[in-house]
Order: sequence, then structure tokens, then C-alpha cells
Amino acid sequence: MSQSPPSPLVPTTLGEHDSLSSAPALQGKPKTPLAAGLAIIRAGLSAFWHTVTINGKVMAGSAIIGFFVLVALFGLIFVHQDPLAYTSDLVAAPSAAHWLGTNQAGNDVFIQMLVGTQVTLFWSFVTGLAVLVISATIGLVSGYFGGAVDDVFSVIINVFLVIPSLPLAIVASQYFARTEVTIAVVVALTNWPWGARVIRAQTLSMRSREFVTAARAGGERSWRLIFAEILPNQVSIVAANFVTTTIQVLLAIAGLEFLGFGSTLTVSWGTILYGAYNQGALILGAWWWFVPPGLCIALLGSGLALLNFGIDELADPRLRRERPAKNTNKKAVA
Amino acid sequence: MMDVSYQKQPLLEVKHLSVDYLAGNGTVHAVDDVSFTLRRGEILGLAGESGSGKSTLAYAIARLLNPPAVITGGEVRYYPPARPAEAINVLGLSPAQLRAFRWNDLAIVFQSAMNALNPVMNIGAQIVDVLATHRPGMSAKQRRERALELLRLVGIAPDRINSYPHELSGGMRQRAVIAIALALKPDIIIMDEPTTALDVVVQREILAEIMALRKDFDFSVIFITHDLSLLLELADQVAIMYAGRIVEKATQRELYKEPRHPYSYGLIHSFPSLHGPRRRALGIPGSPPDLRDAPAGCAFHPRCPFATIDCTTALPLLRPVSAGTTQQVACHLYDPQFTAEPPTTAAIAATYEARAEGSGVR
Amino acid sequence: MRHLIRRLTIYLLAVWAAVTLNFFLPRLVPGDPASALFFRLSQHGSVSPNLLNALKIEFGVDTKDPLWVQYFQYLNNLLHGNLGVSTTFFPNTVADVINQNIRWTLTLLTVSVLISFALGTLIGIFMAWRRGSAFDTTLSSLMTFFYSLLYPWLAFVALYFFAFVLGWFPVLGGGYDASQYTPGWDPGFILDAAYHAILPAFTIVLSTIAGWMLTMRNTMITTLSEDYVMMAKAKGLTSRRVMFAYAARNAILPSVTSFALALGGVIGGQLFVEAIFSYPGIGFSLFQGIQNDDFALTQGILLLVILTTVVMNLIADLLYTVLDPRVRQERSA
Repeated sequence: MSQSPPSPLVPTTLGEHDSLSSAPALQGKPKTPLAAGLAIIRAGLSAFWHTVTINGKVMAGSAIIGFFVLVALFGLIFVHQDPLAYTSDLVAAPSAAHWLGTNQAGNDVFIQMLVGTQVTLFWSFVTGLAVLVISATIGLVSGYFGGAVDDVFSVIINVFLVIPSLPLAIVASQYFARTEVTIAVVVALTNWPWGARVIRAQTLSMRSREFVTAARAGGERSWRLIFAEILPNQVSIVAANFVTTTIQVLLAIAGLEFLGFGSTLTVSWGTILYGAYNQGALILGAWWWFVPPGLCIALLGSGLALLNFGIDELADPRLRRERPAKNTNKKAVA
Repeated sequence: MMDVSYQKQPLLEVKHLSVDYLAGNGTVHAVDDVSFTLRRGEILGLAGESGSGKSTLAYAIARLLNPPAVITGGEVRYYPPARPAEAINVLGLSPAQLRAFRWNDLAIVFQSAMNALNPVMNIGAQIVDVLATHRPGMSAKQRRERALELLRLVGIAPDRINSYPHELSGGMRQRAVIAIALALKPDIIIMDEPTTALDVVVQREILAEIMALRKDFDFSVIFITHDLSLLLELADQVAIMYAGRIVEKATQRELYKEPRHPYSYGLIHSFPSLHGPRRRALGIPGSPPDLRDAPAGCAFHPRCPFATIDCTTALPLLRPVSAGTTQQVACHLYDPQFTAEPPTTAAIAATYEARAEGSGVR
Repeated sequence: MRHLIRRLTIYLLAVWAAVTLNFFLPRLVPGDPASALFFRLSQHGSVSPNLLNALKIEFGVDTKDPLWVQYFQYLNNLLHGNLGVSTTFFPNTVADVINQNIRWTLTLLTVSVLISFALGTLIGIFMAWRRGSAFDTTLSSLMTFFYSLLYPWLAFVALYFFAFVLGWFPVLGGGYDASQYTPGWDPGFILDAAYHAILPAFTIVLSTIAGWMLTMRNTMITTLSEDYVMMAKAKGLTSRRVMFAYAARNAILPSVTSFALALGGVIGGQLFVEAIFSYPGIGFSLFQGIQNDDFALTQGILLLVILTTVVMNLIADLLYTVLDPRVRQERSA
């Protein structure tokens, strides 16, 4: 070999080979609008599937929630009966005719549960959404504008955080008509502080980031900035918050219904429990009457909680279950 | 292997130590077949970029690795100065023996003192902790006195003994951590970047302290840092790590005068010198490899100005530069099988300069 | 110190907000609240016309005084402990009812919460220490389920199973067996009261323990990866010392804050439990008040509940200051 350095394998310039430029080009545009639509749906479904199966907990939680959603959407298609219809069997144990037995008034409990699923899910979801809107708005506004606005709002948030929500809800509910709307409104107005605090904190930290300064310098109006720039960056926090809120809302609504603030015409999981308590299901030993509604609340709640923990684990890798890879040849000495 | 120049007794022997991180998406060989000997009263410097495995190596020796890191092979032997014949197999110690070994014989000064100190305990308590566990014979009064003594040693005013970590300045926190390390007069202290988080002036002070303490107490140090220029001042022996392997081992003088491995040269000379003519800044282009997918052969070859086709296939082993010398290097340039005549330091310098000139980076 | 003063201001504001809401809400209802209430009450049974007058005075319907005068009268009344007259327990005042029943609630609450927090936190620590083991994973899954249990439902199930089916506890609940004992300091009564409290306490503990457990577990896991824990291990300290003095001691701080926040929920939940078990605390009285549209009683009890929550929050804040030396200095945020 000669004295001079051997031929280098690496170019002497600093630029490295750019892997991005060698990405395969897109296959080619779809031909018809129908094909385009199908492609979008397929992409959406696969993204959805990927998100849902990303994590064991997320998968389990989604499965449970999905089950209830399906029951709510399609359950009544298969069963056409009035949940408040009277039958001659009073307080009958579960049987072939009545899968979950009947209650004091002869109503079929299974049918009641089906209708109840719809009603409960609907109101929980809607109220959860309302809470989300309120807390997000307050949190964003307070965090973004800062200064005096923030001082005022954060005091309001803290004050309402301290006041326990259920007693406040009871105070508010008892003067108004006993309907589901009342409950929804009251629950929405008493459960927003937690989310507002979280979103406010996040907004505050984002406010000083460069993309906000840049947008401001470009003359973008505040409202547009908040909703089009900052909010999209908080989607994961907002999503996790929504899940937590829905659990609280679910339990709050059921709790208020249990106390009798719901309408007598409504059939929801909470009102079934109210009926069971008031009409002495316990003394009658009619466990099939009060076990299903509470059980379903717990299951749905667990599903949501699992979803929440799954999202937590995604955010904080330290919480993930360690899954050791296969260690074939070496013997481990720790 | 005969180390001819040093007559001092070996204190710690690491032989073919390997550590893997088992991750879901691939196994990372964080430390690969590392061997070195630490002698009594010696300072061994471990240098390398982040991700080279130096911290992992240190924690592996102390058996502080958490899953998913596992030691997959090798030996660590400790020769207690009092009874050198009874070598201790560190990796084989039982939990109780390990607890006795820890801090008594081997102590660690962690990188970030703010994170290494318990935020809810005052520093006095954190010193006394160690004494209470390892010296059951001491009374509370004696422990407190020893704690005060240690604080005095490192230059912390005694009235700070009840201070919490957040009440101390960065430099003082680092001194506190050093005080805790000295509490049981260990034979080995591992210092993991002890001054990186501090400003330069405080850095100098702390290092001076450490050197003075070392003279008084005669402990050996494994000094981990990415700042090679520091090691060239302080360390007796230096080992340079890259991608989990030791690529060069030399004394301070040898490394300063004649760095052999292209990486060593690049590392030393990436710090601009205060003197001499103005030149373009040297660096080592590229970045350390992803250890899950390390390059075949020598891990440095993608960035090495001297790489040949052999470097991509054959893994170079650590061997003496030439027969009978103490300096060791893991590079095919010094392997008679691959290269007839190893390059001189001047030749290495010239290649790097040429590269720097062509890079356009000032 | 400044931090505490700020918190104190918030607490005072919270109490004021609750009180004010209490005043205004019934006046928001369209129409005449006194007559509406009178009408509702008459549906429960016969009521004397005097009651209508009393209600009108209470709701300020007939008075010529402007609203803000009524407001200050209301505040004045409150400060003197005058919470009105209970229609359910007529002619007892609300204050009487509360006085009599609050001791039951307080004992049950204190005992249950202490057990729940202590047990939950300890188990949470062990779960984190033995993370990934069967112990940890099964408990975690179990707790996720328990987390969303509705208090009254659990009470229901417990009462059904342990009292009705197994007969271990009295089916009718209650605080004590009125046919055998009268309240007093004799051991017979105390034992009987304790016996009656077991099932309600069990329900509350079971409902609340999941939260503490999971919070502590997660905070411990994060704390265990901190450098100071590694240093503690490197120092050769015993596992127990590392776990408690270094890891848990730091991990518990978020638990204390969440304890304060969750307390409001626990108190609310206890109201349900008392209702189901007919346990003679103010929760049961509240329940009866709601059933009977006894506004004065419900308002009074709810105000008290809110006040208690606020006080507990304050205590938790003080406790946090003691536990975390970093907070003791002046903090500007």
C-alpha cells in the first residue's frame, strides 16, 4: 500500500445523504371522485384503527366504550317495546320472557336498560361536550390574554374548584323543574373548573412560544390565533381532559338522578337506580333491578378510565409496562 | 497483557464487560466488550460523546442499572487494598454484600447535584444517612461531627448543615455531593461529569478541590467527561469510548503527544486552541451511530477520513500500538494485517485540516 | 407565606360565592318561590297556613325591602347560626338538626378517609416498587374498575350482599339499635355504634381507595426513576429506607394536593352512603330534606358541607407546606 491515505469511502463534504429525498413518490392520483372518497375513508379507518390499537389500555377502553355505543345505537332495533309498559309479572326474577326480570311496576328491566343506555350515553356525552366548550373557552381566553383578564378568571376558576361540585349541583337543582335538561345544565356548570385550569396552564406556556409571536407579528387577530393556532396544538390534552370529564359527568348525572332530580318519564341508568331504591328493591331482594344499572355505570366508567390511563402512558413513557425483547444468547447478570 | 510502566497494584479490574438495553424495537449494545484496569491512586479518564456508553459503563460497575438495561457478560473484580488477595467479584455479590460494598468501597458523584440530592432532606441528613447505615457503632453526636467535618473539607460553611438542596448554589450543591461521597473514605470514586453543569470559574474551583482531596485521602477516580482537554490535564490514564467500545487507551502524555485513533485526534482537536495561528475549526462530521443499528465492522468508519473497505467488515480489537508499548488502540490503521505503515500524528493532522479547509466552516 | 394568604383569599371567596349563590338561586325561579314551595309541600301532606307566612318571610316575597337589604339580613342570619326552620323536622330549626346529626357524619368520615388514604397510599407504594408483577397488574386493573363505582350503588350492593343475603349486618342500617341503646358514653352503645358503622365505612373506603392507590402508584413510578433515588441506592441504604425516606416522601406530595381536591367528592359521596344505610348523619337528613322539598334544611346542610370542604382544603395546604421545604420560601407564582 502507498503512503498516502487510502481512498475514503465517505465524501469529504459535510452534507450527508438525505434519506427524505429518496422516499418513494406517491402512487398516482385516484381517477374518480368515488375512488377518491373510498381512499379517504380507508385512510381514515386505518388511522382510526391504528390509534385505537396503539396501546393495550386504549384498546380495552375503546372496546368497552364501543360496546355501549353499539348497544345504544342499535339495541332497540332488535327489541320493540315500551320500557314503561306494564306487564302482569311483578318483581319477577330473570327468565326467558324477561332477561333481566321485572320491577315493582312490572316493567321489563332489560328493555329499560337498553333505553337507559341510549339516554345515559347521550346525556353524558352532550354534557361532557358542554363542559369541554366552557372549560376550553375560559382556559384559552384566560391563558392567552394574561394580565388582568387572567387574574380575574384564575380566581374564578380556583374558587369553583374549591366548592365541591355535587353539593353545589344539589343546591342548584332543587329549585328548578325536575328534568334531564336541568341536570345537564347544572352538571355542566359545576364541572368545568378542572379542565379550565389544565387548558389555561397549557395556553400560558404556549403563549410565549415562537409560533404565537410569529402569528401575532403577522397581524393575526386574537380569536383566530386562539382557535386556529393554539387550540390545535393542545388536542391531546383536550382529548384526555374530555375523557376524564365524561367520567365525572357520567357519575354526577347518575348521582343527581339517584337523588330524584330526574324526570319521572325518563328512563336512564340513574333513574332506574332511583326507582329501585325508592320502591324497596332491597327488601324485595330484587338484585336484578339495581345491579345492572350500577354495574353498567362502573363498566362504562372503567372503559373511559382505561382510555385515560392509556393516553397517560403514551404521554409519559415511564409509566409504560416494560416489555422485554427476546434475549436469546446471552445470560443476563444484573 | 503486561503493563510495564506502572508498579502500583490493581484496584479494580473490568474484563470484557457488556451491557445491553432491551427495547421493544431492537437491542442496543450500550457497552461492548470493555476492559480496563484501575490502579491505586490513579485517575482514569473515560471520554466520549454522549451515547458512547461511558455513564452506562460506570453504573454497570456499581450495579445500578435498571431494566431494561442488563449486563450481558464480563467480569468486575475489586481488590480491597487491605486484603488484595481476596478479590471480590462485584457482579456476583449478594444484595446484602452489595449494600456493604456500596459507598464503603465505591462511591459515585453524580452529574447533576440538584437531581442527585433528595429535595426534602437537608444535606446534613443526607450525609448522616450513610453513616447511620454503614457505621452502626457511631453515636448520633459522632455522626453529626463527622458530617460537619466533611462539609469543612469541601469548603461548605458548617452552618449550612441544615440547608435544603434548593437553598444552596450550584457549586455548593456539587461540593455537598462530593462530601457525601467521601463520608466513608471509599477507595474508588466514580465521577460522572461532576462539573459539566457548572460555570467555568466554579468548575476550576471544584476540580482543584477534588485533586487536593485526592492527595489527602488517596482514592482512585474514574472520571467521566466529554471534555477531553480536562482529562489531558487531570487524568493519569485515559480511555476513549465510541459506540460502546474503547477505541483508545493511553497515558495522559501519550495521548497528548500522539493520539493514535482518528476519533481521538478529532476529539482532542475539536476544541480550538487559544494560541497559534488562526485556522478553520476542526470537527468530526456526522454524528454518533444509532446503537440499535450500528455499522458493521468499525463503528466509526462512516465518519473516519481513513476508512477502507476492511473497516466496514472487520471489527478492530484493542491492541498495543506497537509491540511493547502501553498505548492501545482499536484501529486497523495499526494492524499489520491491514496497513503496512501506520500513519504518523502529522499525517492524521494533515487529513483533518484538509477536510476542514474544504468544509467551509469557519 | 404569600402563597398561603392567596389560598386563604380563594377559600374565603369560595365560601362567599356559595353563600351568595344560595341566596340568589331560589329567587331566580320564575314566580313566587314561597307559594310554589307551599304548593309542593301541601302535596306531601297537610300543612298549616302559618307555614306559608313563614316561607314568605324566608324568601322575602312580601317584604318591601329591596334585594340588597334582604341579602344582608340573610348574611346576618347566617353569621348568627340561624339557618331557618326545617319543614321535615318541624318545629326544630335546621341548626338543631345539624347539631344532632353531625357527630355521626364526622366520625364516619374521619375514620373512613383516614383508613382509605393510609391503606391506599401504602398499597400504591408497594405496587410501584413491585411494578409489573402479578400483584401490581391485577390490582391496577381492579382499581380501574373500582374508580368509577357510584357510591350509592356500591352501598346498595354491600347492603344487599352482607346484610340481606349473609345477614351479618342489620338490613335496616341505622347508626345504632334504638330499641336497645341510647346514645351515651357507655361501651355497649359504642360497640353497637361501631358495629353499625362497619358496613358504611367499608363502602366509603372501597369507593375512595382506588383513587389514592393509583395516584400514589403513578407518582411513585415517576419518582423511582429520579436521580436521587439512584443515588440513595448507590449509597447502600436499605431498600426500606430508599423506598420511604427518599421515594415515597417525595411521591406523596402530589397525593396530598389531590387529597384536598378529592375530599369534596368524598364528602359528597358520603351523603349517598348515609342515605342508603339510613345512617343518622347529616347526609341522611339531606336526603330526607330533598325528598320533602325542605329547602331550609338542604340549604343549611349544603352550606355546611361546602364550608367543611374549604376548611379541609386549607388544612391540606398547610400540610403541604410542612411537607415540602421548597414551598416555604416566598414564591411569586
